[in-house]
Amino acid sequence: MKLIRKLTGDRDIALFVGQVLRTGVISASAIAFVGGVMYLSRHGADSMPDYSTFTGEGKEYTTFSGIFRGLATFKPSAVIQFGALILLATPILRVFFSLVGFAVEKDRLYVVITLIVLGIILFSMFGGLKV
Amino acid sequence: MNILIFSLILLAGAYVAGLLGSLTGLGGGVVVIPLLTLVFHVDIRYAIGAALLASIANSSGAASAYIKEGITNVRLGMFLEIATTLGAVGGALIAVFTPTNTIAVLFGVVLIFSALMTVRKKHEHALQEGSRLSYVLKLNGSYPTPQGEVSYKLTNIGGGFSIMLLAGVLSGLLGIGSGALKVLAMDGAMKIPFKVSTTTSNFMIGVTAAASAVVYLQRGYIDPGIAFPVVLGVLGGAFTGARLLTVLNPKTLRYIFCVAISFVALEMIYNGLHHQF
Repeated sequence: MKLIRKLTGDRDIALFVGQVLRTGVISASAIAFVGGVMYLSRHGADSMPDYSTFTGEGKEYTTFSGIFRGLATFKPSAVIQFGALILLATPILRVFFSLVGFAVEKDRLYVVITLIVLGIILFSMFGGLKV
Repeated sequence: MNILIFSLILLAGAYVAGLLGSLTGLGGGVVVIPLLTLVFHVDIRYAIGAALLASIANSSGAASAYIKEGITNVRLGMFLEIATTLGAVGGALIAVFTPTNTIAVLFGVVLIFSALMTVRKKHEHALQEGSRLSYVLKLNGSYPTPQGEVSYKLTNIGGGFSIMLLAGVLSGLLGIGSGALKVLAMDGAMKIPFKVSTTTSNFMIGVTAAASAVVYLQRGYIDPGIAFPVVLGVLGGAFTGARLLTVLNPKTLRYIFCVAISFVALEMIYNGLHHQF
């Protein structure tokens, strides 16, 4: 019992959270790098798109289904966008693991606080904020 | 210009932005926005999308190291993230109805403020008596220093929380981490030791940026062709910057860079006022 309590102390949770962050960033940048190399080898010689006027990205880069469909066919831009998704997911995952940590510690107050933060993020993800 | 050359120049530029952001303590995301808009004439909305990603990468990378050292106050970060994420989602919503020129002017003002914040005198206070709320919310803590573990207590939590709300709104509106405002809330209002303020602020930037970035991604602000050189470049620059900081004391450098960045900020304001965005 003592050992379990020791393992699930504040410090171990913090270290695990740090590990999650590091892994997330490294894998996201590795994927973006691979996608970038693919993108340059396929489109490097094309003339650059006009970024000075905002047109917005199409569905293939702004939705889960669009990005994964592109990923299945190894579309370079979709690979980069997948890397961006992992990067976005990293801090959110961090919040989730903090929630687990506080629950293990039976810190009710912080379980509630973490749930509020998670709720706000999920609301902005799925709350129909696509204006 | 073809895509290969554009990407390589952008990668190099983002690397310098990441290096500058790290040496000044402003963060690479902030520096990359003027680079994209003023130098590459990229629409500010694409710039915001890319900068948010860079901020998340930067913050997450650095936070993992600080957590290991035990300086970050994770509970405090979590509690204040209620304010910053709420603000960030709100800011991302307001952004749709805000003209890009206004965003550019506001960005310039916040950038100058941030530069001033990084060069001001720092107080290494550690309160011994906290407010009642600081005990209820279990926000008081301790952190390691060369002289041993120092414990500190918090005060004025309501004030800090309100500034965090504003930091969140600006973060969502401008696509930056607004680390300077976060530090102002913790160091200035809540009287937390500077080192704890900066690392906890950094810890929070990732979540704050992610809250608005999910909105921006769905709105099509994140372009893969801009995102990959910016994220990789800024990360690389920040990594080099962190290494450099351990061998050199960047006090003078910091002053020079902050003045330089203020000029860039003035140009953003000028261009915004003349409707160049």
